[in-house]
Amino acid sequence: MDAVLLSRLQFAVTVGFHFLFVPLTIGFALLVAVMETLYVRSGDTRYKSMAKFWGKLFTINFVLGVVTGLTMEFQFGTNWSEYSKFMGDIFGSPLAIEALMAFFLESTFISIWIFGWERVSKKVHLFAAWMVALGTHLSAIWIIVANGWMQNPVGYVLRNGRAELVDFVAVVTNSYAWHMYFHVILSAYVLSGFVVLGICAYHLLRGRHVEFFQKSFRFGLVIALIGVLGVALTGHFNGQKVARVQPSKFAAMEAIWETGREIPAYLVVVPNEESESNPVEAVGIPGLTSFLAFNNSSAEVKGLKDIPLAKRPPVALTFWSFRIMVLLGIYFLAVAAFGWYLQAKNRLLDSTRFLKLLLYSIPLPYIATNLGWTVTEVGRQPWTVYGLMTTAKSVSPAPASNVLFSLAAVIVLYSALVGLDFYLIAKNAKKGPEPISEAEDDSTVVRPEFVLSSNS
Amino acid sequence: MSEALLPSIWFFLWGLVWAIYFALDGFNLGVGMLAGFLPQTEQKKLISSLGPFWDGNEVWLITAGGVTFAAFPKLYAVMFSSLYLPLIIILLSLVFRAVAIEFYHQSEDRNWQKVWATTLSVGSFLVALLFGVAFGNIFQGLLLDNTGYHGSIFSLLNPYGILTGILFVLIFAYNGNLWFAYKTGNDKGFTIAKRIYPPLLLAAVLFLISTAFATNLWSNFLGLPLLFVVPLLAVVSLLATRMLLGGGQAAGSLLAGSLTVLLTVITCVIGLFPNMFPSKINPVYSLTAFNASSSPYTLKIMLVVTIIFLPMVLVYQIWHYKLFAPARVDEESPY
Ligand code: HDD
Ligand code: HEM
Ligand code: HEM
Repeated sequence: MDAVLLSRLQFAVTVGFHFLFVPLTIGFALLVAVMETLYVRSGDTRYKSMAKFWGKLFTINFVLGVVTGLTMEFQFGTNWSEYSKFMGDIFGSPLAIEALMAFFLESTFISIWIFGWERVSKKVHLFAAWMVALGTHLSAIWIIVANGWMQNPVGYVLRNGRAELVDFVAVVTNSYAWHMYFHVILSAYVLSGFVVLGICAYHLLRGRHVEFFQKSFRFGLVIALIGVLGVALTGHFNGQKVARVQPSKFAAMEAIWETGREIPAYLVVVPNEESESNPVEAVGIPGLTSFLAFNNSSAEVKGLKDIPLAKRPPVALTFWSFRIMVLLGIYFLAVAAFGWYLQAKNRLLDSTRFLKLLLYSIPLPYIATNLGWTVTEVGRQPWTVYGLMTTAKSVSPAPASNVLFSLAAVIVLYSALVGLDFYLIAKNAKKGPEPISEAEDDSTVVRPEFVLSSNS
Repeated sequence: MSEALLPSIWFFLWGLVWAIYFALDGFNLGVGMLAGFLPQTEQKKLISSLGPFWDGNEVWLITAGGVTFAAFPKLYAVMFSSLYLPLIIILLSLVFRAVAIEFYHQSEDRNWQKVWATTLSVGSFLVALLFGVAFGNIFQGLLLDNTGYHGSIFSLLNPYGILTGILFVLIFAYNGNLWFAYKTGNDKGFTIAKRIYPPLLLAAVLFLISTAFATNLWSNFLGLPLLFVVPLLAVVSLLATRMLLGGGQAAGSLLAGSLTVLLTVITCVIGLFPNMFPSKINPVYSLTAFNASSSPYTLKIMLVVTIIFLPMVLVYQIWHYKLFAPARVDEESPY
């Protein structure tokens, strides 16, 4: 295996691990801040125990988000040095700004949130919760501005043997990036909502802490519904953006081989890369793909055969990732809507099968989000920066043996840590909330140590 | 504006961010190294005392990485790909350091806690040592030509690199023990710190002397002798920390110890200027603030962003330290 392939694998593995934790961090930060706001406004300690219970899961998740992010920050240098040299004038700034603007905010205020219950006033504590939520949403902006630039490079010139920034505002307002941003944030809400729903279902099935989890269920439902509707809508606009900016990715997502007008959309498609055709195509709606992409059912869509082989992305991977993501989106919509219905009819507790379904659905949004990135990243191949620089030219001259070592280390060590972390989250989730004692609410009790597990 | 001004400003901001990182995370790493050797009750307190700090400190490292990338992309590319293996080991050690701090408290099982305390010690030690070795080699120059770097992880393990690594380990361990003493009022912290001090002083003296022979760091100072104030202050704070320690003043002593780290790194950064990744083969291959920097436009944008956000960060981080650093000796338990 050569260094390019190994480095790609390593990047995909590390970022995939990172993105297992990121969406929950984004969604839970918001949820917890909302719960605490309700507590501070109403003085109702049930909201406080909700903020604490979900906040506890949030903090365990957060740590792994942080450490997997740390390695990412340096990987552009270690593994993609040629890329960094060529693009760093533009690409480095969002990363540095992300640290200055967002990571400091998150890391400082999250420790005030975790350890500050007895040290700062209620208001300051609530402020910390909102600063964490702000930090997570800001950090996503900057990293997606960086990634969005790789999808649709703007505001640069080629000069002095590299891409140089000439228009910072254009980079920050890159509409491609903002399309991605809202889609990603909303997908984080979907994931967070479904995790809440799944954990609530677990307890409701066992009849434990029923009031607590029924109340939490509503939070999960609201955020999941907002997310699902938003994801479908922004996803549609995302697709339109892709059709205009990256026709090769779009053709691969939809498995379109021949350029043509009035391209139909098929419910069932199985593409074959060797024969450059789709052996199976069934249940089509004429012109729908053209319409979805360009708001015009007779619009022309470019086919893969008109794109040189060397400039095509891997079709099957892009296609299936996209398909499954969209199908999962439809599934989430149906499930969330049905949950809403049961909730409104007050029949939730009797619907054992639905609750079980929710419990077993917890992994699905994790799959959907990582498939989404697979579409975005694999579909952009062979480019690192679309149209400007190929992946093969981006890689460091580091010997393949080094990369093999680090890849193996990352896979083995991360898998162990990630497995352990999910185990701990599950353990704490199953334990359920701990009661808020009167004494503690007095804010006179001093917690002896900075220990997560003691912030009952 | 002169062509050299912006890259020069960024050179020193770059150095400052690294210096702050080492000054802050240094004592965290020291605490980490110590943790594995303590009995259970002390170990628990000490590890939990890192809870509010490690991430905020680590973000200084992330910022150092980000600043390197944004302001000196070529340096970011060449330095991090040249030092591939040491850097990967540092990063993975930092991963384990953080995870160990957080996982330790997740179970009361003694074996579980032993595993994570040991992980914490080993991880912290490797980070301190390898950063020292890496920076020692940067001060000294590397086997760099126009086709890239030609050393291996073993060629980094030369006497001067190892000496710098040992210096990092010793001063961090020393500061970590001061934190231990300060947070818990525990005599053990004082005793160990006092024992570490003589070898630390020895390493510092050896470092100062061999720097004159192994590197060019002193030439900038000879050119502008006024600059000697900085290393002088570093030496003063290194002596002051021991005096304060003798007087039982853990907090003051820790402050002086961290100041020593800050000033030592700044000294080396001044000595390096304008080199950032010097070549031992031929200086024309060296990466400098001028040949590795971003375009003036990018540097300007980043400067504006930094001027707005860095002071804000400093304000809330200082507030945060004031909130969590003080020992709570008045309570039934020492926090
Ligand atoms: C859509 C959101 C998103 C995406 C695409 C990424 N990240 Fe991330 N990252 C976050 C959203 C996020 C976050 C939610 O803000 C995290 C999770 C835990 C945390 O502290 O912040 C985070 C943490 C985090 C940290 C640790 C911060 C700390 O110590 O507090 C670093 C260094 C990075 N990330 C770097 C990266 C890099 C280099 C990425 C891409 C190559 C990347 N992230 C993709
Ligand atoms: C967190 C969500 C992300 C996921 C899941 C993701 C996923 C992937 C995957 C699977 C690849 C490998 C593609 C291939 O080689 O076939 C890749 C490559 C890459 N991605 Fe992303 N990515 C994410 C975010 C980002 C961001 C935010 C950036 C930039 C800041 C980025 C920059 C890159 C680079 C530089 C490569 C290597 C070159 C390449 O193979 O194209 N990615 N990513
Ligand atoms: C329901 C219909 C959906 C549609 C039409 C849709 C559409 C898209 C498209 C076209 C992209 C690629 C954008 C690009 O390459 O730049 C994308 C990416 C992505 N999708 Fe979806 N999506 C849907 C549902 C979902 C769901 C349910 C999730 C997760 C819960 C999700 C998560 C993501 C993520 C994380 C990305 C990568 C970031 C990005 O490029 O925006 N999507 N989606």
